[in-house]
Amino acid sequence: MSDISISELRAREAARKSPRPGAWTEHPLAQLTLVRFLEFVREPEALFWVFVFPILLAAGLGLAFRNRPADVLKIAAVTPQLAQALRAEKGLDVARMHAAAAQEALRTGKVALVVEPADASGGGAGGVAYRYDDTNPEGRTARLLAYGAIERAAGRVDPVPASDRFLRDPGSRYIDFLIPGLLGMNLMGSAIWGMGFAIVDARRKKLMKRLVATPMPRQYYLLSFVLSRLLLLVVEVAAVLGFGVLVFGVPLRGSLAVLMLVCVLASLSFSALGLLIASRARTIEAASGIMNTVMMPMWIVSGVFFSAQRFPQFLQPAIKGLPLTAAIDALRMNILQGAGLALLGPQMGVLAAWLVVCFVLALRLFRWR
Amino acid sequence: MTAAPRAALQVRNLRKTYKDVLAVDRLDLEVRTGECFGLLGPNGAGKTTTIEICEGLLAPDSGDVEMLGMSWNSDAGRLRQRLGIQLQDTQLSEKLTVLETVRLFRSFYEAGPAPSEVIALVALDEKQNARVGNLSGGQKQRLAMACALVGGPEFLFLDEPTTGLDPQARRQLWDLIEEFKASGRTILLTTHYMDEAERLCDRIAIMDHGKVIALGTPRELIASIGVEHVLEFSAGSAARPLAVSPLRRIEGAREVRSQNGSVEMLVTELHRAVPALIEELSRQGLPLTELRTHSASLEDVFVTLTGRHLRDE
Ligand SMILES: Nc1ncnc2c1ncn2[C@@H]1O[C@H](COP(=O)(O)OP(=O)(O)O)[C@@H](O)[C@H]1O
Ligand SMILES: [Mg+2]
Repeated sequence: MSDISISELRAREAARKSPRPGAWTEHPLAQLTLVRFLEFVREPEALFWVFVFPILLAAGLGLAFRNRPADVLKIAAVTPQLAQALRAEKGLDVARMHAAAAQEALRTGKVALVVEPADASGGGAGGVAYRYDDTNPEGRTARLLAYGAIERAAGRVDPVPASDRFLRDPGSRYIDFLIPGLLGMNLMGSAIWGMGFAIVDARRKKLMKRLVATPMPRQYYLLSFVLSRLLLLVVEVAAVLGFGVLVFGVPLRGSLAVLMLVCVLASLSFSALGLLIASRARTIEAASGIMNTVMMPMWIVSGVFFSAQRFPQFLQPAIKGLPLTAAIDALRMNILQGAGLALLGPQMGVLAAWLVVCFVLALRLFRWR
Repeated sequence: MTAAPRAALQVRNLRKTYKDVLAVDRLDLEVRTGECFGLLGPNGAGKTTTIEICEGLLAPDSGDVEMLGMSWNSDAGRLRQRLGIQLQDTQLSEKLTVLETVRLFRSFYEAGPAPSEVIALVALDEKQNARVGNLSGGQKQRLAMACALVGGPEFLFLDEPTTGLDPQARRQLWDLIEEFKASGRTILLTTHYMDEAERLCDRIAIMDHGKVIALGTPRELIASIGVEHVLEFSAGSAARPLAVSPLRRIEGAREVRSQNGSVEMLVTELHRAVPALIEELSRQGLPLTELRTHSASLEDVFVTLTGRHLRDE
């Protein structure tokens, strides 16, 4: 049935007597890692959740919460002369309306202010009346702007010259807060999902049992998950941070080496947690139930989208002890405040503790079939 | 180099229970070096449990397994290098190609053929860059075989290697197993197909309810029931049933079983039994509506021993 027979194979084997082809690429750890990597990149959904989703999320939230340039206020002017005078002010969007229409627009909030001649007859230089809701800050702002414009148009010269300097500081915007949070969430999600689903799937399909039936060193099997995770980590971190830096100008104030160290340690801790979650489950349903139970609270309390400080004081020690809080805090301190390794001690300690405890427990509990 | 022990695998007094199911019940087994040994039995007989204990994948409740003169407790690492294993229902990773899969398995063994050579051996060379998920059932099974062979094993375990395959795919695998056998290495295989056991195995243990109920070469087993042939026929109707007891008096008839009008007779000599049967039927005034004969098979051995067919699910 084949061009080559077993006895022929055996003869060739004996003649060659060479053991495993020597190249490092044929080492079991290299092969296991390669296979993990291939399985991952051949899974389009996984690629989406790990690379595309965080970028979409960052883009969406970054746009929604961007710091808008100071708003232009809509006002109404009743005469052409007034309208003309008011248009000199850039902060106002002036519409000319008849008195009745202007009042209606004010009442329904379409304009913040109506500017009209003080005497209803409209003749002479009888002054200007400002009609607005004085409980509405927009109304009061519009009144100040309109007043200045009218007075300057009438020839007022400011006794003290004034000029404006604007503060728009990268690093203090919502997107700057968000990017490290998303990065932390992504490190957690891809490690736990990546570990959990792959292991439980291999167990369910008896592939794990088949591998255990070979001379494969078992620690290599587990190690290959960690190594492939670290390979992907580089791409993943680069995608999220690169997007933040290039599109939103998020500053990277800390050292990149420290940043990478934080990412690696965080990823290892989350991988250990994923390994623990997957250590006994036999079905995907059971595993994903545990994963969600573990990750959901951290998505909420660990400060991905808003500061963890908002939770009551008595919860803070518990929140600070969570691996995602530690990871995100460390990332924010590094990226936004340029904190060095010395300042990140507590967070790195929390991550390392999770790594050791989960890994030891997982090895104890791990079910190989 | 020490002389290979005559028994490649020696199993003594093996017992294994799952909760309240007694899967293997005080089983003894000896597989000799160079032979193809078959465990034949219906589903649930305990074949997989037995073979997985021998493979060192399951721990028995009690009993000993001596594999290639070694024990799983002390020599697992060395043993694994020398065994080829194919499990009953492993699904290899669907996203990998044939070559990637075999290369992975090759990397675990210290010695053995190159991946491409094993792939050629199982005739998957044209598929070596195809994803496992796109292979047919027979091709997947040949890939599983390639993964079992890639360490150049001296002992091969095959658990139901052809279950669920079409006849052509089964024959391809049989050829492959026969080639492996011809190279002088040892095989332990399980099956519930009697034709497979009869064709491939030098010796067979028939298993039922966790026990070996018969052991021998296929010829010995068939000879043990003392008949050469099986006669199957139909006669009579609901209105005029066939009287079965006179059939038992026919010369050379060993066993007569009747089930809703169709009768199975085990006989020693066909040329005496058939005329006697026709004579008896004409005495009863019943026409013969169907008559088949075949040489006694392992199936008949199983039926004789248990009263059930192998494939009664
Ligand atoms: N993991 C298990 N848990 C509980 N019962 C099992 C398990 N595996 C097998 N059994 C039971 O043990 C008996 C023998 O099964 P098995 O060894 O798979 O038989 P075979 O391979 O001959 O079909 C059956 O009754 C089966 O239901
Ligand atoms: Mg079975």
